[in-house]
Order: sequence, then C-alpha cells, then structure tokens
Amino acid sequence: MAAPCICEPSNRYSAAIQSAAQSLEWGKSPRYGGLLVRRWDCPAHALQLTASIALFMIELKNVQKSYDGGATLAVADTSLTIERGEFLGLIGASGCGKTTTLKMINRLEESSSGEILVNGRNVIDQNPEQLRRNIGYVFQGIGLFPHRTVAENVAAVPQLLQWSADDIRVRCEECLEMVGLPFDEYGDRSPSQLSGGQQQRIGVARALAARPEVVLMDEPFGALDPITRSELQEEFKSIQQNMALTVVMVTHDMTEALLLADRIAVMREGVVLQIGTPKELLNNPSHDYVRDIVAMPRRRAQRLEELMRNE
Amino acid sequence: MSDNLREQLLLLPAYFQGHLLLTLSAISMGVLISVPLGVWAEQSARVKRPLLALVSIIQTFPSLAILALVVALLGGRIGFLPAFIALTLYSMLPIVRNTVTGLESVSASVIDAAKGIGMSPNQILREVKLPLAMPVIVAGIRTAMVWTVGLATLSTLVGATSFGNYIFTGLQTRNLVAVTVGSLASASLAVSLDGLVASMQWLLEKRSEAADSARLKRIRLSVYGVTAIIVSLALYGLLPKPRADFVVAGKPFTEQYIMAGLLAQELEEAGFSVEQRLGMGSAVVYEAIRNGTVDVYVEYTGTVWANFMNRESNPGRQGIRSGVVEFLEDQNVTTIGFTGFQNRYALAMRRDRALELGVTSIEDLIPIAAELSAGSDLEFFGRTEWFRLRDLYNMDFADKLTFDVSLMYTAVAERQVDVISAYTTDGRVAAYDLLLLDDPRNALLAYDAMILASANAAAQPKFMQILDTLVDSIPDEAMRQANRLVDVNGESITVALEYLRGEMTKD
Repeated sequence: MAAPCICEPSNRYSAAIQSAAQSLEWGKSPRYGGLLVRRWDCPAHALQLTASIALFMIELKNVQKSYDGGATLAVADTSLTIERGEFLGLIGASGCGKTTTLKMINRLEESSSGEILVNGRNVIDQNPEQLRRNIGYVFQGIGLFPHRTVAENVAAVPQLLQWSADDIRVRCEECLEMVGLPFDEYGDRSPSQLSGGQQQRIGVARALAARPEVVLMDEPFGALDPITRSELQEEFKSIQQNMALTVVMVTHDMTEALLLADRIAVMREGVVLQIGTPKELLNNPSHDYVRDIVAMPRRRAQRLEELMRNE
Repeated sequence: MSDNLREQLLLLPAYFQGHLLLTLSAISMGVLISVPLGVWAEQSARVKRPLLALVSIIQTFPSLAILALVVALLGGRIGFLPAFIALTLYSMLPIVRNTVTGLESVSASVIDAAKGIGMSPNQILREVKLPLAMPVIVAGIRTAMVWTVGLATLSTLVGATSFGNYIFTGLQTRNLVAVTVGSLASASLAVSLDGLVASMQWLLEKRSEAADSARLKRIRLSVYGVTAIIVSLALYGLLPKPRADFVVAGKPFTEQYIMAGLLAQELEEAGFSVEQRLGMGSAVVYEAIRNGTVDVYVEYTGTVWANFMNRESNPGRQGIRSGVVEFLEDQNVTTIGFTGFQNRYALAMRRDRALELGVTSIEDLIPIAAELSAGSDLEFFGRTEWFRLRDLYNMDFADKLTFDVSLMYTAVAERQVDVISAYTTDGRVAAYDLLLLDDPRNALLAYDAMILASANAAAQPKFMQILDTLVDSIPDEAMRQANRLVDVNGESITVALEYLRGEMTKD
C-alpha cells in the first residue's frame, strides 16, 4: 500500500506531521532542512522523512547535569526520545533528578553536557525566553499573578508574543471554556477568589493559551484534594489527546503516571532505570526498584477488585 | 489675641507654599533615587548590606546636624537647596528599605511562573515584582512623607521658608499662637498628603473595576483635582519671584527679630523692597553674608571674635571691636557701625540673694562659689569665656546646670540656682530684678551689636546712608525694654519695634 499523502492527514500523527512540516522552518534548519526541501516533490518520501524527524518532539542525548562542577551528577547521561503527541511520565522519589530533567527542556536549568532538541532544534541555540514562550509550563505552585485578573493571567504568554488584542481575547475565551471556567463568569475575577482546583485550571489554561505543542508539568496536581485531582487529571488527558499535545509530566504518584502517561520513565539517583508503557512496567519491571513502585497501585487495584467481588 | 492670630494667618500662604514645595520636591527626589536603589539592592546582596547601612546611618544623624553639614558642603549656601538635599537624604531610609522588603516578599512561586512562561528578568521586575511590591513601597513613601513634612520645619534654620518660621519665631518670642498655627499647619499638611497618597494607591488597586461605578469616578476626579491643585501650588513657588532689593536676616531670638524688623523697616521706608530671612543659625547667617545671599543683619563682636576668629584671649571692648572690624574686612563683610547697645554674657543673681550674700562683683563670689549652684544656657559652660572666668577668678561652682534660656531665668527667679549666665539686654533681667555682677578681671567678652552688610549691598551709597542713621542710636536700656515687651509682657514684635523707634536717640 502506498504511503498516505501528507496533504491529507488521516490520523493525529499525520496531522501533527503536517503541522510540524509547516511550523518548522525547513530552509533554516541546519540539520535536515536541505534534505527535506529537495525531496518535497515526492509526498511518500517526504512523509517518511518527516516521520523519522518530527515524531521525536523532544530528544535528550546523553544529557548530564551537575551542580558542583561534575563531582556529583544530579542527572547522569540520560537519553530519551519523546514522540509528537506523546504523554511521558517522569517518576521517582524526591531528588532523583526528574524535575531537573524537566527543567532542562525549557532551560529553567542548563544542562552541563549533552544535547536537548525540541522540535528538531537544539535548545542551546535559542533564546531561553523565546523557547519558554513556545512551551507550556504548569507546576505545583501554580503561580498565578495575584495582581492580574483571571483573563489577564491566561493572556500572559500571548501578550509576551505580542498577539493582537482581538486574538488574545478570543483565545482567552477558548482556553477558559476548555478548562470549564467560562470567560463571562470568571474572566474578571481575581485569582484569590478561586478555589485551589479552579486556580490550577487557570494554570493549565495559561499554559495552553499560546497554542504550544509541548507542555511541561511539574507535579501539577500534587496539591489538590483527591476528587479535584482526579477530575483535573481526566480533563487534562482529554485536552492533551484532542490537541495532540506532547507532554512531559513529573510526578511521584505512580497511580497518576499509570493512568495518564503513554510511557513512563522511572528515575533513581539521576539515572533512568526503565522506560516503557504502563503495561510493560506493570508486567515486566526490569529492576527491583521499578517492581517496588508499581507494587502499591497494583495492590490497591487488587484490593478494590476483591472488595467489589465480595459485594 | 485675635490681632495676633490675624497677623499669623496672613503669613500662612507664603509659609504653606514654601513648606509644600520643599516637601514635595524632596519626597519626589527621594522616590526617584530610593526606588531604583532598592531594586538594585534587592538584586545584589553585595549592594544591599552597605546601602541599607548607609541610609540607616544618615537617619541616625541629628537632623539639625545634617542641615548644617549640607550648608557647609555647599560652601555656605542657604535657602531652598540645602534644605531640599537634607530632606531628600532623610526620606531615603523608609523608601529604600520598603522597596527591598516589598520585592523580597513577592512569592517565589509567582516568580517561578513568570520565568517559566518566558518573561525576561526585566519583564519580571516591571510586570510582576514591582506591581506586587507596590503596596509596601507606597507604605514606605507615606512614612517618608510624614517625616519629611515634620522635618521641613527645621529648614527655617538654614533660611528656607516653611511652617518652621512660625514655630521658631513663636518659641523665641513666646508667641504661642504662632507656635500653634505652625504646628497645626504642619500636622494637617502631613495628614492631607498622606491621605492623598493613600487614595491614589486605592484608586490604582481599583483600576480594573473602574469603568462602571459612578462613585469611583467621582472619587477619582476629586483625587486628581486635589493632586493637580497641590502640585500647581508647589510649582507656583518655582516661578521666579521679583527679587527683593535686599535680604535682611536674623538669628532665632527676640532681640534679633526686633533688629531685623528695624533694618527692614528703615529700608522699606526709603522705598526698597526687602525680603526677611528670620530664625537662621548663627554660623549659617554668617556664611550667607560672606557669600552675599544675605545683605544685612546684626551681629555681636564677641561672637565673631570667639566663634569665627577662634580667639581665646580677651583684649577688652575696644580691642575686640577693632580686631573684629579688621577681620570682617578681610572676609569681604562691611561693618556699617555699632548700634550702641551690647548684649554680652554677665553673671547675674537675684538682687535680694546678692544683698544677703554681700555680692556685687564676681570677685565677691570667690570665697563662696563652692557652695553655690549656677545655671547657664546650653553653651556657656562650654565656651572659652567660662574657662577664662574660672581660671582668672580661680573658682568653680558646686553645681553647674544647663537650661533652655527661658527656663534658666525661671530657675534663678525661683531660687533653684543662685547664679546664671544672663544676657545683658535680656528683658527678663529687669523683670526678675536680677543684679548683673561686675567683671573687674575682664574674663567675659564684650558683645557690641553691629550692623554687617554684604559687599554687594555696601557698594550702594543710598543703602549705607539709610543704615548709617542706626549707628549709635540704641542704648542698652532701650533694647532691654523692647526685649522685655516681648519676652515678659507677651507683646508682638511689631509692638516692641514701635517702642524701640520711639526710644532711639537719633541725631
């Protein structure tokens, strides 16, 4: 069967590829640009090529991070590839390097060695502020600007990107609608008037406002009560799928990772022990530590199942 | 009383305007300097400590000392500028400190978020940290504002107009109405400016819900209106005023207020316009006449001899006179002449106490001094005159107490002390029936009052001619009675001045 033409995307991957083909500045990309432009006449080849490049939305190549000039490594020689539209969970105990790994992607931390590519471009070659404006960022502290209204908070990144006032307004309405807090009712409120769950919804809306393709999340739901947390988890998962967002989420809650992520990377002491789908981790843990951390959700699930059978 | 009040209220517009201009310009400059400094300090730990230490040290300097130091640093310049600089320095501590505190108290997660969404350090400062720190910064500005309004009253001492003119004149001439008017005016200005800043801040915080509320609109309009009026009033003071022909100055005590009034009256009657700078510090007014910011005032030979020439000897009345005149010539200051009275230090006792102890001269005190207590003004016991007296007569008192001048007279009158360092032309000498003791060994200096003129003024024959008529025209007794009218009887300076002119021995 002939490869489908890139002009007629048939699923979310090929749609993502098409948008990537448009958004990447081919001619300027030092690594692949020339090659692609040359082959552009041939849809089948172009598809193969773009697929092999752009499916990796984020690439970490032998990335290391040390805070003391190399004596100890917070993150040791880590390589990861994250596909376009993939939801990756980064899990591990406090201090295992998962947050550092996450923050190196948008340069809130600088890597000590190795390469990080986002959408095919090395982050080191980009202005850090520009880079961050194109990557959504949600964290446990939420950090809404208390002196701005809800709408102004959501508009923050589009404003930094100097969108027109009309575009910003329309996009604010969309984003607030998306997180279930209608603009008309909530737009003019101050963040302090919202509950913790509502505040984090605004945090998510702010992260998505500038239509980023990548969203980084650092324990985004950690401070919420269990019911609000699970609501938000489900809503976010469906937003992520609808928009084909590439998400990297740091969490120490294995259940959360199992339920949300397409793949999970388990980290300990700066090293990725195992990376795989939830099913692979549950059924074939490659390491005792991995076995231990999936044991708890597994036990809970079994216990619940028993309870329901006994009814 | 109501005449007095009316007289005081007539002065209000000029004093208000001077005070307002001084306060607003100092506080504006303070904000312009201190907020950026605070921002800098918050970003660099190396700057923060020394800067906060420095502004705190400025604050611990006595305010009068700062004023005097600024005048000295400006080469003796008096008036608005030194007061403005001193007040600006004084306003810095609360603003710098609150700026640092305000910026530091911005929540870390908000800053993380700002960084995470791609704000540059500059944007984080301007759009997140400063707006969030604003309430704390404004609180600092308000503190500084209230301090500055209060401290501005001291600027009278360096020749800047303020409500302090009321207070210093009033305190020295026992005019409680003037003191009250000045204090109330200063306090109300402080409260109003503070309220104005508070309402501006309130409006800023309410700006997002502004459009619809009519009440808010009204408030905003009135706040803007009041601000505009206040600022234009202050700015009005910056307009170049028609410069007076001559500036007459005086120090802050009754005799000087009367003499400055006399000089001004004589010049005005001859058709000159005159500006009066009253209540200035002794060193300040001397500097001012040397550099020509003041044209004429009354000085005392002993003050020049001991304070400005730093002489420790006492060559007698004539010796001091000629030495001083010669010295002043070198300093570019013209001595128009001596007025005829001398206001020197003399040891004084209640007449009945002196009779009881058989004392008429300081020599009579020698055998009994060790059992007597003495009172002085704030400086006498620290002056070389006192040391010379102690050595020449070889005696010392059992107790030496220092007082505010009016309390010193009260103390001797009520027998709390036996001897005081009185001023010879002070009205209270007669009022309390004090005996001035002779000084046969010439320990105490002569203080002949003399009229001094700046080089510029002295070059004008008409000016010299007018003031020449005052030379040798005022006997000791006339001056003492004029002072007494104010200090003892509670009359106004105007009344004392009228009396003095009647007593003057004009040829």
